[in-house]
Amino acid sequence: MDRFLDTFFNMAVLGRYAPAILDGALITVVLSLLIVSTGIALGAGLACLRAYRIGPVSFAIVIFADVWRALPPLVLILLAFFGLPNVGVVLSSFMVLYLVLMLVLAAFAEEIVWAGITATPKGQWEAARSTGLSFTRALVFVVLPQAVRMVIPPLTNRAIAITKMTALGMVIGVPDILGQATTAQSFSANASPLTLAAIAYVILFLPLVIASRWLEARFTPPGA
Amino acid sequence: MMLSPDLPGASSGVALSIENLHKSFGTEPVLKGLDLAVGRSEMVFVLGPSGSGKSTMLRCCNRLEEPDSGEIFIEGDRLTGPGVDLNKIRQRIGMVFQSFNLYPHLNALGNVTLALRQVQKMPRAQAEAAGLDALDRVGLSARARHYPAQLSGGQQQRVAIARALALKPSVMLFDEPTSALDPELVGDVLDVMRDMKAQGMTMLVVSHEMKFARDAADRVIFMDHGRIVETGPPEQIFGNPQEDRTRAFLSRFHG
Repeated sequence: MDRFLDTFFNMAVLGRYAPAILDGALITVVLSLLIVSTGIALGAGLACLRAYRIGPVSFAIVIFADVWRALPPLVLILLAFFGLPNVGVVLSSFMVLYLVLMLVLAAFAEEIVWAGITATPKGQWEAARSTGLSFTRALVFVVLPQAVRMVIPPLTNRAIAITKMTALGMVIGVPDILGQATTAQSFSANASPLTLAAIAYVILFLPLVIASRWLEARFTPPGA
Repeated sequence: MMLSPDLPGASSGVALSIENLHKSFGTEPVLKGLDLAVGRSEMVFVLGPSGSGKSTMLRCCNRLEEPDSGEIFIEGDRLTGPGVDLNKIRQRIGMVFQSFNLYPHLNALGNVTLALRQVQKMPRAQAEAAGLDALDRVGLSARARHYPAQLSGGQQQRVAIARALALKPSVMLFDEPTSALDPELVGDVLDVMRDMKAQGMTMLVVSHEMKFARDAADRVIFMDHGRIVETGPPEQIFGNPQEDRTRAFLSRFHG
């Protein structure tokens, strides 16, 4: 028992590295917010663009979405971090992690929002167009709001999944929660910082999960 | 403020005219050279078996369905052909759908004011006043803040009518407006249509409400296989149809 406590809950180690993990938590939060906001915005934007059904544009969007959904994010992170400098593009580890996860989320969000757009009844388009709304206005004011409400559950699931992947930043040295914790763990030769990291993740993500439930309930259409 | 252009001298009282309209779906011809003129303030009822092309004709009248050939004019202004500002001219043609097609994420007033705000660029206060006025005309200004899901089918259809009316159209098209309604809710919608007629609205109605057609319509048209078979005042069509196909069709309703 003592050995267990000493391994995972060593008070001295916990105390020493808590500030570093807190710094890491800030990075995780900032990174997550950036990824979710811009990733979903980009994905929704691409889904809208696809609604115009311009052959080459739609094709490019589908290729982007399929490739970025098919590749493991870790592969993309390593490729970008170790490959891009060889072609003259040097990005910070933070930037690489942000860009890769944002684009992965955008790829998923595009498919999810697109599903919502195609599931919106044709009559909604017709009603909007019959009152003189242009295609773009019908999309923005009538179809997209319904499409997004329809797909909030898969969208929030995907957003939660992608924010947890910020932990992948560890492999390229992003000082997020896990990055700080693994550094601390190797310096202290003790697993307690990892325990702290786990606790930090729970504290950060549990409210997010709860918030997503609220969001899903909030946008369930009345009477449905 | 009247937004519908009241063109002086624009054709002799014809609000909507359809000339030699053709439309096919694939290789299947649906409309085979249709001609129809609807006079100002006239209520024209279109009857016909399913597949006769009545809904397609109606939907061509605001180009939700693109005609293959033929021309359509709204108060003398051409609707068909290239170079037409469709979004502008569509505001002069109100359309009411069988399935209402209200926007579920907007309340009744939001449904009615969306085009006023986004197309006619009315300031919010003015759009809401016009929206409430339109809702008042269908007897639903008290339900302005209700969402479609909180309204009965008949109320939803009346909001849909108000949504079209708010744009002050020259012509209203009704595509089976009561077919999706419970029988006890049909009357409210028909009452609204009767009021609109009394106020001089031009209406082209595809519907199976024979009784209503008989006492409200100015003219009844019987369509079959993409053509107008017979046209005349309701007394003639219902009382003494000249064509066998009209007689055969109507006999199934008189039962």
